[in-house]
Amino acid sequence: MKKNKKITWDYSPAPESAAHINLKKKYVLYIDGKWVKPSSGKYFKTINPANNETLAEIAYANEKDVDKAIKAARKAYDTVWSKTTPSERAKYIYRIARLMQERAREFAVIETLDAGKVIRESRDIDIPLACNHFFYYAGWADKLEYAFPNRKVEPVGVAGQITPWNFPLLMAAWKIAPALATGNTVVLKPAETTPLTALKLAEIIHDAGLPPGVVNIVTGYGDTGAAIVEHDDVDKIAFTGSTRVGKIIQKTIAGTDKKATLELGGKSANIILEDAPLDQAVEGIVNGIFFNQGHVCCAGSRLFIQESVAEKVIDKLKHRLNSLIIGDPMDKNTDIGAVNSKMQLDSINKYIKIGLEEGATMYQPECTLPKNGYYCPPTLFTDVAQSSTIVQEEIFGPVLTIQTFRTVDEAIQKANNTPYGLAAGIWTDKGSRIFNLATKLNAGVIWANTYNKFDPTSPFGGFKESGFGREGGLHGLSAYVKLK
Amino acid sequence: MSILKKNKTFSIPDFTQSPCIDKVGVEERVARFQTRSIKSTTKMQGLKMILNMIDLTTLEGKDTPGKVKQMCFKAQHLHDVHPGLPNVAAVCVYPSMVETAVKAVEGSGVNVASVSTAFPSGQAPLDIKIRDTKFAVSQGADEIDMVISRGKFLSGEYNYVFDEIATIKEACGKARLKVILETGELVTLDNVRRASDIAMYAGADFIKTSTGKIQPAATLQVTYTMLEAIRDFKLATGIQIGMKPAGGISNSKLALHNLVMVKEVLGGEWLTNEWFRFGASSLANDVLMQIMKAETGIYQSADYFSKD
Repeated sequence: MKKNKKITWDYSPAPESAAHINLKKKYVLYIDGKWVKPSSGKYFKTINPANNETLAEIAYANEKDVDKAIKAARKAYDTVWSKTTPSERAKYIYRIARLMQERAREFAVIETLDAGKVIRESRDIDIPLACNHFFYYAGWADKLEYAFPNRKVEPVGVAGQITPWNFPLLMAAWKIAPALATGNTVVLKPAETTPLTALKLAEIIHDAGLPPGVVNIVTGYGDTGAAIVEHDDVDKIAFTGSTRVGKIIQKTIAGTDKKATLELGGKSANIILEDAPLDQAVEGIVNGIFFNQGHVCCAGSRLFIQESVAEKVIDKLKHRLNSLIIGDPMDKNTDIGAVNSKMQLDSINKYIKIGLEEGATMYQPECTLPKNGYYCPPTLFTDVAQSSTIVQEEIFGPVLTIQTFRTVDEAIQKANNTPYGLAAGIWTDKGSRIFNLATKLNAGVIWANTYNKFDPTSPFGGFKESGFGREGGLHGLSAYVKLK
Repeated sequence: MSILKKNKTFSIPDFTQSPCIDKVGVEERVARFQTRSIKSTTKMQGLKMILNMIDLTTLEGKDTPGKVKQMCFKAQHLHDVHPGLPNVAAVCVYPSMVETAVKAVEGSGVNVASVSTAFPSGQAPLDIKIRDTKFAVSQGADEIDMVISRGKFLSGEYNYVFDEIATIKEACGKARLKVILETGELVTLDNVRRASDIAMYAGADFIKTSTGKIQPAATLQVTYTMLEAIRDFKLATGIQIGMKPAGGISNSKLALHNLVMVKEVLGGEWLTNEWFRFGASSLANDVLMQIMKAETGIYQSADYFSKD
C-alpha cells in the first residue's frame, strides 16, 4: 500500500483593513448634544487586547458630569421628547438604524479592535443585530397601544443604562432602542474597556439630529456607573453585567421608586441527549461556549452528555477543537480571538488552575497563541462534578465543564442545581423531549437544537441570580413604560 | 455480525440506527465554511490541487471514441501555455468507452474510471450489474463508479443494498470502487448519512454523491454530511475512505469551499487525489481561468481555453 501523505494547506493571512477607521486620540463626553470635557480633567486609556496597543484616551466622568448628563436628559424629557409624537420618535430611531447600517463595516472593525472579538462575529452578528434592534423598536414606537391593549402607556422618564464589555454596541442598542421608542431619555455608560463603539454611536445619534439631551453618553469606571444608579433624578436603571454588581445596584435602589432590569451572570446548561443529532450538537457546544471567547452571559458553560453517547461526543468535540483557528481577531478566518482584558484573562487562568487543583482533567488543542495581547485556548474539563468550583462559578471565558448523566430527570436536576437561571440548550431529535425539558428547566432562555441565537423579536433575560426583566421583543417594552 | 476488511475486523452496525442529521445545523456549518477567506498562495495551491483531483467526465448516450479520445488528450494537456500544471486524476466514461480511454491515457498516470451497474438508474438484475462491472475491469478500468439501488434503499431494504455493494466490490478485483449514492433521489440528509454508512461498511473505497443526471447533486450540505460519515468511519474502524462530490461543481469558488470542508472535517490526509475527487466536466476550465487571472492579473477570454 502507498504511504499516506498529509498535505499542509494553511490559510494565508486575510486581515480586515483598518485603514478606513478614523479614531480620535481623545474622546470626551456626549452630554446635551455636545461633546464636553470631563470636569475631572481625567482620561483613561482603552487598549486593543489583541496586541496591547492604546487605541484612544477616554474621558473619565465623575459625579458632576453624571449630574450634568442626567439634568440634560431630564430637560430633554420634559421639554422635547415627551412631547414628540410617537411616529416622529420612530423616524429618529429608523434614522439611527440606517446610519449604523451604512457604517456597519466601520463599527465592526472598531468593535473588534476595542474588544478583541473576531471580525467575523462583529461583522456578521454584533453589528447587524444592533441595527436590527433599532429597526425593530422603531416599528413599535407608534404602536404601543397595541402592545399593551386597553392600557394607557406612558414613558418612565430618564433611564440610566450601564452596559458590559462583551457585546459593547449590541448591548447599547438593546437598551437605547426600546427606551427611545417608548419616549424615555437616556444616560448610558459603556464599559471602561470597550467604550469606542458607544462613542461612535453618539456620533451617529448626533448626525441623526436627535434633540439634544435625549441620549447622553458618559464614559468611566464603576464609580461613574454608581453615580448614575445613586442619582435621585433617574427613574429607571438598566444594567447588564456581573451578579456581584447587580446585587450592589439592588441594595442601592432599595426603597426608591426606581424601576430596574438586571441582566446578570449565568452558568447555563447545554444538554445532549442520546438521540440528538450529534455532529450538529458538537457545533452547538462549540457555539455555546466558544462564541465571543466565552464572554457571553448565557454561554453554555456546563455541558451535560447522556452517558451512552458521552465518549463519542467528547471525541468529536476534541476533534472539532483542533480545527478552530485561534489568533488575530482582525483576520477573517479567526474563530477565537483575544480575551477582553488582562484582568479577565487572569480571572480565567485562576479558574483553570482551580480546575486542575481540584483534580479535573483538562484538554486544550495544540495551538500557538500570539505573543502580545491576551489569549486563552479553548479549554475542556472532564472529571468534574456538581461540587467542583469550575462547575459552580461563572468563568466568563472559553472554558467548558463536561458532566455525564443517565436519565432525563437527572439532567434536569443537575441543570437546575445552580444559583443562576439564564439559559439552557437541549439537543434531541424528539419534539416531546424538548417540550418536557423546556417546561422543567429553570432558565429564561431555552434553545432546542441550537445555541446562542439572538433576535430582536425574542425576549432575553434570566431567573434567580441571573437577574430579572426582559430585553428584546414585546417584553422589552415593558421595562420602559408606566401602564395606567 | 462482524466482517473482515482490509485485514481489520469490525462489527456491522444496525443501519436503521445511523446518526440523525439536523438540516438547519448543517446549513449553518456549511455557511461558516463559505465565509473562509482563501487568498494568495492558499488560493493558488488550492486551485492546483483541484485540477489534480478532477475526474474529467463524459457520460452521454452520444459518446463516441472520437469524443473520448479528445477528452483524454485534454486530461493530459489542460493548458500547455502554462507550464507546470498537473494532470487531472482520471477520466470517467461508460464501460463501452473504457478500451478507448485506456489507450488514450496510457503512460500518463491519468486513471480510467468507468461507471457501471446499469448507470445511472441501477435498475437492472444483479447478474447484469456484475457483468457490467467485470467487463469494465477487463477492459482496463482502474476505478469503478457504481450506483446503489435507490428504490431498494427507499423501501428500507438496507441489507439488499449492502449485499449488492459487497458483491460489486468483489467483482472489482483490484479496481477501486466508488459508490454513488445519488443523493438527489435520497432527498434527506438522514438518508444520505445512512447510505454513506452502508456503502462504507459494505466495502466502498470512495463514496460519491451523484450521477450528475439528477438535481440537486453535490450540494455542500450533502458533501459535508458524507465527510462526517467518513470521519466517523475512520474513528470507528481505522479505515480511510475517499470522497467524490460530482455534479453541479462548475466553478473554482465552490470547489475551494469543498476543499475547506475536507481540510476542516477530515484533515490534510484527504487532500490528495487518492482520497478526494471532483466529478466534473466544466470545472477544469474555470480553475484554469482563475489560475491565469492570478498570474497575469486579468481575466482572459474563454476562447483561450479548450472546451473539451
